[in-house]
Amino acid sequence: MNLLTEPVGLTHYLLVGAVLFVCGVVCMAVKRNALGVLMGIELVLNGANVNFVAFANGNLRSDGDWALGLDGHLIALFVIVLAAAEAAVALAITLNFYNNHSTVDVDRAEELHG
Amino acid sequence: MNDPINWQSFFFLLFGLVACVFALAVVFSSNIVRMAFYLILSLGSTSGLFFLAGADFVGAMQLLIYVGGTLVLLVFGVMLTAQGPFVSLKTRGGEWVLASIVGGALFAVLAQRAVSISDWHGPERPLTLADSGEAASQPDSATSDAAGPADETKESEPFDPDGARAEENAAEDDKEPAPPTHEGRRVELRDTRTATAIGMALSGPRVDSLGEPSAVRRGGMSSYVLPFEIVSVHLLVVLIGAAYLARTKKRFKTED
Repeated sequence: MNLLTEPVGLTHYLLVGAVLFVCGVVCMAVKRNALGVLMGIELVLNGANVNFVAFANGNLRSDGDWALGLDGHLIALFVIVLAAAEAAVALAITLNFYNNHSTVDVDRAEELHG
Repeated sequence: MNDPINWQSFFFLLFGLVACVFALAVVFSSNIVRMAFYLILSLGSTSGLFFLAGADFVGAMQLLIYVGGTLVLLVFGVMLTAQGPFVSLKTRGGEWVLASIVGGALFAVLAQRAVSISDWHGPERPLTLADSGEAASQPDSATSDAAGPADETKESEPFDPDGARAEENAAEDDKEPAPPTHEGRRVELRDTRTATAIGMALSGPRVDSLGEPSAVRRGGMSSYVLPFEIVSVHLLVVLIGAAYLARTKKRFKTED
């Protein structure tokens, strides 16, 4: 099982996607900077995108009939576009919060709960 | 070890390691400026993974929209807010321990599920050898079968008499050709572009479902006009909303 001579399979892509996803979740949980939380969201969405693209390719697996095909690519595209939109709005909210409160520390955003 | 290096695996390892290492660097760095740079590297090598998986259009869009657009926006946000104490906000140790436990458990579950299914471990190697013999016997129709699994794939069969024209936009053309490992084996380079099929699917007809023999599966391949329209309106709303939220209010400036 030399990784350099064996062909890669779906499992390898899923492992990379899992690493990106878990990094994003941990990043969202531990970062105090609001922009750090935003970066965690980007990582989570990319981990999901890696999975979609890998499942779309029937050549990475031995049951290639069940590949997602073009649907995986299209879903990944929609995820990319929605991530861009979400980042724009989240950044606008963060800048607004920074203008009003002079901080980007999410722990100090306690008066936001109504 | 006489096997030659499988270059697809080599580049997968390269891009995958860069993506994972810099994603971990994003988590463990506390400087927000460095986190932004590490994120750019991680997402850029993720687009390399997309190219390797045959998703050329998605990989290009990842570079254009994500790395070129979203992360530049994020870097501007970092530059606008990274002042004084906000450059590096430290996290308490207890939160690190808790997050590591939760993240490790989540990764264990995901990795266990990914490894446990043997169909996903990769294309079967003896079958590609059998396919190569078949490819030598019928040289004009062997392009898609040389790379696929050995059972006669139902999608590719109706394409073969039609020649390469119908195959150009088919979904199974996303696949990379099987790695050439043995001498004497024919190496087929196929047209793996997906941009036309994606554009057609966004505007109406699904050209990748034309050769699908099963009516049930063909019915599941609907077009993406409605999601496309929804995303368009969504982007317009987001544009207006972001401009409204981020505008500078004169009232607060005069109060300062």
